Amino acid sequence: MTKEPIEDALTAQAAAPAKKTVQMPVGVPGYTLAEETRSVPATEPPVWPINKDLKYVGQPIERYDGLLKACGRARYTADVQLPGMLYAKFVNATVPHAKVVSIDTSAAEKYPGVKGVHVIQHVLGNAQLRNPALDPAKYPVVRYAGQPMAAIAATTPYAAEEAAALVKVKYDTMPFVVDDVKARDPDAPNVFPGAADEAGSAGGGGGPHGVAQTGNIHGPSIHKRGDSEQGFKDADVVVEGHYVTQVQTHSALETHGVVADWKPDLLTVYASTQGTSGVREELAGFFKIPLTNVRVITEYMGGGFGAKFGAGNPGVVAAALSKKTGAPVRLMLDRQEEHLSVGNRPSSDQVLRIGAKKDGTLTAIHLIAYGTAGCGTGAGCAGPAQNLYQAASLHTEENDVFINAGPASAMRAPGHPQGAFALEQTMDDLAVKLNMEPIDLRDKADTHPVRRVERQIVRESELWKSRNPVAGADQGPVKRGIGLAQSVWYRFVSMGSNAEVRIHKDGSLEVFSGVQDIGSGIRTVMAQILAEQFGVPPSQIAVKVGDTNYPEGPQSGGSVTTLSLTPVVRDAAWQASQKFLADIAPALGTTAGDLVLVDGEVRSHSGKVAPISFKRAASKMTTSQIAVQAKRIPDYDPKKYLTYGGVDVAEVEVDTEAGRIHVRRVLSVHDCGRPMNPAQTISQINGGIIQGISFTLLENRLLDPKYGVMVNPDLEQYKIVGSREIPEIDVRLVEAYLGQSSTDASGIGEAAGVVSIGAAVANAVYNATGVRIRHTPMTPAVVLAALRAQGKKMA
Amino acid sequence: MNSFSIADCTTVDAALSQLKDDAVVKAGGVDLLDRMKDGIEQPTRLVNIRNVAELRGIRETDQGMTLGPLTTLAEISDYAHIREHYQILADACGHAATPHIRNMATVGGNLLQRVQCWYYRSADFQCFRHGKDLCFAFEGLNQYHAIMEYGTCPSVAPSSAAVALLGLGATVELTSAKRGKRTLGIRELYIVPDANPTKFTVIEPDELITAILVPKPAPGTRSAYQKYGEKESFDWAIADAGVVLEMEGDICKRAVITMGAASPVVRRSAQAEAALAGKPINEETARAAGKLAVEGATPLSMNAYKLDLFPVAVYRTVLLAAGKMNRDPSAAG
Ligand SMILES: Cc1cc2nc3c(=O)[nH]c(=O)nc-3n(C[C@H](O)[C@H](O)[C@H](O)COP(=O)(O)OP(=O)(O)OC[C@H]3O[C@@H](n4cnc5c(N)ncnc54)[C@H](O)[C@@H]3O)c2cc1C
Repeated sequence: MTKEPIEDALTAQAAAPAKKTVQMPVGVPGYTLAEETRSVPATEPPVWPINKDLKYVGQPIERYDGLLKACGRARYTADVQLPGMLYAKFVNATVPHAKVVSIDTSAAEKYPGVKGVHVIQHVLGNAQLRNPALDPAKYPVVRYAGQPMAAIAATTPYAAEEAAALVKVKYDTMPFVVDDVKARDPDAPNVFPGAADEAGSAGGGGGPHGVAQTGNIHGPSIHKRGDSEQGFKDADVVVEGHYVTQVQTHSALETHGVVADWKPDLLTVYASTQGTSGVREELAGFFKIPLTNVRVITEYMGGGFGAKFGAGNPGVVAAALSKKTGAPVRLMLDRQEEHLSVGNRPSSDQVLRIGAKKDGTLTAIHLIAYGTAGCGTGAGCAGPAQNLYQAASLHTEENDVFINAGPASAMRAPGHPQGAFALEQTMDDLAVKLNMEPIDLRDKADTHPVRRVERQIVRESELWKSRNPVAGADQGPVKRGIGLAQSVWYRFVSMGSNAEVRIHKDGSLEVFSGVQDIGSGIRTVMAQILAEQFGVPPSQIAVKVGDTNYPEGPQSGGSVTTLSLTPVVRDAAWQASQKFLADIAPALGTTAGDLVLVDGEVRSHSGKVAPISFKRAASKMTTSQIAVQAKRIPDYDPKKYLTYGGVDVAEVEVDTEAGRIHVRRVLSVHDCGRPMNPAQTISQINGGIIQGISFTLLENRLLDPKYGVMVNPDLEQYKIVGSREIPEIDVRLVEAYLGQSSTDASGIGEAAGVVSIGAAVANAVYNATGVRIRHTPMTPAVVLAALRAQGKKMA
Repeated sequence: MNSFSIADCTTVDAALSQLKDDAVVKAGGVDLLDRMKDGIEQPTRLVNIRNVAELRGIRETDQGMTLGPLTTLAEISDYAHIREHYQILADACGHAATPHIRNMATVGGNLLQRVQCWYYRSADFQCFRHGKDLCFAFEGLNQYHAIMEYGTCPSVAPSSAAVALLGLGATVELTSAKRGKRTLGIRELYIVPDANPTKFTVIEPDELITAILVPKPAPGTRSAYQKYGEKESFDWAIADAGVVLEMEGDICKRAVITMGAASPVVRRSAQAEAALAGKPINEETARAAGKLAVEGATPLSMNAYKLDLFPVAVYRTVLLAAGKMNRDPSAAG
C-alpha cells in the first residue's frame, strides 16, 4: 500500500511537527472580515469557510437529546437506581461558628433501616489555614451554619432523615460575624485564627494565595498599570461611585449529588458535575487509589453554573459510606443545603473612580473592592476594570472578607457581573458629565474591534434609536428608559481535551469524549462536526460523552468546552476520514488523493470511480473499525484575540410609585468566535440574560445578623425570576472569526449577557428616572429609597 | 418531615369523627405540608378531607353564594358568576400563588393557612408563635413584615382570599361533631398574636369549615383586588388591597377597604373607607384614601417602603374597582 500524505504527516509530526501555512477568515462578515495567515501543524484539516458556506456546523441543528429531555427520559443523577442502593443524608451544623466537642451517633446507628454512619474528618470547600496547627481540633471547626458534619446511610430517604436528626453534636460556640461590612472592623470576631487560603476549582473561584491577611480581610491583591495619581491629575473630569452587590447562590434546578458504588476494584460514581475528570482525580486522591479504579459517569446534568467541580463533600462522603456499607449510596442535597454549603457568588462593595479627558480618553481607573466569599475566598471583581478599557493608568485593589457563611465557588463569569455593574454605571455617569452619548464614549474608550462592530449593530437597532437621551423625560408615574453596558470575557483553552472518532464497517460513526454535557449542548455540536466531515445528518452520529472510560474531556468551566474540544473532534474526524479513504482506495481502484467525502458520498476527483454512498464505501474497509484519537493542540496564534464580549441593551419601565422595575426588552449583541450551533448559543445568551436580571432585581442570600442563619433557604423567599419577569430578548450573534483552531469556536457561557445586563438595567433605570441605583438587588424597597433620596419620588 | 398516618375521608361525618387525638385536617395540603417539611410541626395523624365531595363547589342562592371550603382557588377565579359579581374574589383567588398551586389550594385552606414570617416558618428559630418567649423579626430581617397592628408578632396575614372575603362581608360556617354549627365573620376567625400567640384561628381541633357564605352585593357594587410582590410570578404580597364600592351614580355610598400584608390579621381601614364614603371616585379621593390606609402605621427597621406601597395599592385598586384605571401591570400575578 502506498503511503498517503496524511500518513506521512502523522509520522513526521512525531519527530518535529511539520507545519503548513494556511489562510484563515478573521473578523466579522459584513464588517471586518479579512484573511490572516497562520502556520499550523500539517496534520490539521483544511480551513473551514465561514458558517454560511458550511452545511451542518453553524446551523441551528436541533438538540441531540432535546426529545429525551422534553419527555423526561434523560437520566439525571437522581434518577439512577442501583440494586440495594442506600440513601444518605447529611447532618449539618446548626450554629455559625464553633469547635465541636463531640458527635454522638449512637442513637442514629440504632435507628431502623440505618446501615452506615460517617463522621466528616476533612471538610472540603472552606479556606484552609496556612498553619493548620492553629486549629488543633478533633473535628473540623464549624465556620458556618449548614456545614456538613456527618452523614447517615439508610434503606429509605425517610429513615436517613429521621436518623440524621438523632445525631447529637456538642458545640463549643464561638463569636461569629455574617455581615461583611462589620467583618472588616478590626474588633470583629475572626472567622479564622490565622491566615487562610482557598484552593480554586477548574471553573475558577478561589482567591489569590499568600496575600496579606489582617483580621478577616484577606488582601489586598493589587494590580497596577501606569501612574494612577498622574492619571487623575491629567483628567478633566473625575467620576466616583460606591457600588454594593449581594450574594447570589447558583440555585441550579438539580442540586449537588452523587450515587457512589464502591466495589473492591472499581469505584463507580454517577455525579452531577461539570467535570468528570476532576471528580475522578479528587476521589482517587482522597482515597489514595489509582485513577484507574475510579469511574465517573455524568449522562445528563441539571445545571452547575460553576459550583459543580470536584467530588466535594457529597462525593467523598457518599463514596466513604458506600465503602463502609458495601452498598451503592445516593447522596443528593436538599434545597436548603444547596443554598448553604456548595457555593455562591460573592458579594461586592466597590468604590470606583474614573478620570477622563474632555474627549472621553480615559486617564485613570481606580478600584478599591471588598467582597465576601463566606469562609472561602474569590470575591475579586476587578476583571472588567482591568480588561474592558485601556485607560492610561489603572489601580485595582481586591480584598476578600471572611464571614461565617458557606464558601463561595466559581459562578458564571466569577467577579464580572459585580465588576461590570460598577464599571459600566460609572462609564455612564462619565458620559453624562462629559455630555457625551454613552455609546460614543465607549467608541472612544474601547478599542476592541469586535465590540466596535457590536456597538454599530446597537446604534442601528430600533431599540437604541428609540432611546430618549434626556434622563427622566417621561411624564407620569411609570417611566421608560433604555441603557447599555458592555461585557468582557477571556479565551481560556483546556489542553486536557481529548476525543476519539470511530468509523465502523457498517458505515456507522461514533465519537467519544469524557466531556460532560452540562446543558450547553456539546453532544449536539460533536455530532454536527462529524456530520460536516462525513456528510451524514447529525442525528445519525452516535455521541458518547460523560464517562471517564472515554478519552479525558475538558472540565466545563471558564467557557472552555466548545472552544477546547471541537477542534479535537474535528481533527480526529478529519484524520479518521483520511485513514478511511486511504483504506478503501485500493478496493475502489484509485488512490486516497483522488477521493473526497461530500454529502454522504465518496467521490473521485478524476472521475475514475462513480460516486458511492459513504455506507457502501465503508463496507470496503479492510478492518472492522478505524479509530483515531486526537488531543488539543495549542491555539494557532495564542497571543491574539484573548478577550471577547458583547453589548447588551435593556429597556425598562420604572413604576416610580410602586418601586417596580420591569425589564421589557433586551437586545443582546454577542460574539463567540464561530458560533457552532446558533440555536444553542442563543439559548446560552437567553439564560445569561435571565440569570443576570434575576441577580439584578431579586436574588439575595439573607443571613440573620444575630443568629448567623439563612432565613430564606428555599426558592420561595429566595426569589428567582419567573416567566413574567423575563423580557423579550433579541439576541444578535456576531460571527467573529479569530483564526485560532480547526473549528475556530470560542466560548459563550460566561460572556453571555450575565456580565453586562445588570449595569444595562441600572443604566436604563437612570435613563428612565434620572436616578442611579448602585445597589443590587433592586427591589421595590431599594428603588423607592433611591427615588426618595433624590427627591424623584412621585406623589 | 416526620412519619405520619393519614385517614382518607369522603364524607363530612367521617371526617368529623376522625378529628380527635391531635389529628390535623389536610385539604389541598399546600400550607400544611410546607409546615411539616420546614420542620415546624410534626403531626402524627392527618385527616384528608380533599375527597369530601359535599364540601366542594359553588352554589348561587337568593342571599348570595355559598362556597364549599374545598373549592379550589382556580375554580373560584374561573367561575363566570363570580367574575361578574364578585370581581374582588375572582381577582384574589386568581392572583394568589401559581397556576399549579391554585389548582391544589382550597379556599378553606387558604383562609386557615398560617401567617407568613420566615422566622416562624423556620425550625431554626423558635418564637412566640411556637410558645417560646421571643420574636426574631423585630431585630432581624423584617423587610416583608407588618407595619401595623402587630403587637408582639409582626408576621403578616397570608391569605388573599381573606382580603376579598372580608371586603364582601362573608361568613364562615364551622361544624363540630359535639357542638354542632356556628357561624363567624371573616375577621372573627383570626386571633391576634397578643391574645393568644400559638393559636392562629378560633377553629377548634375538632371543627371543620363546612361552608363560606358570601352575601349578595348591594346594587351598584363594584370591587377589585390587587397584590404587589417583589416579582410578578408567584410572589407573596408585600402590599395588597381589596376594595368594594357601593356606587350610586358617580357617588360612592359606602366603601370597604381591606389589606393583608400590613398586619398579622387581615384588616379593614375605617379611615380609608371614610375618605370615600359620600364622594365621587377620582384620582384625588382615591389617593386620599390610600394615604389614610397607613395612618398610624409604625414600620420596622427594614419595611418603611410599605408606607409608600400600600397607599399606591389602595388608590390604584380603588380606581380599578371604579372602572377608572386598568389593572396595574405592577401588581403581581
Ligand atoms: C410559592 C407560594 C406562593 C403563594 N402565594 C399566595 C398568595 O399570593 N396568596 C395566597 O392567598 N396564598 C398564597 N400561597 C398559599 C396557598 O394559597 C395556600 O397554602 C393554600 O391556599 C392552602 O390551601 P390548602 O387547601 O392547600 O390548605 P392546607 O394546607 O390543606 O390547609 C391549610 C390549613 O387549614 C386547615 N384546613 C384546611 N381546610 C380546612 C377545613 N375545611 N376545615 C378546617 N381546617 C381546614 C389545615 O388543617 C391547615 O392547618 C402561596 C403558596 C406558595 C407555596
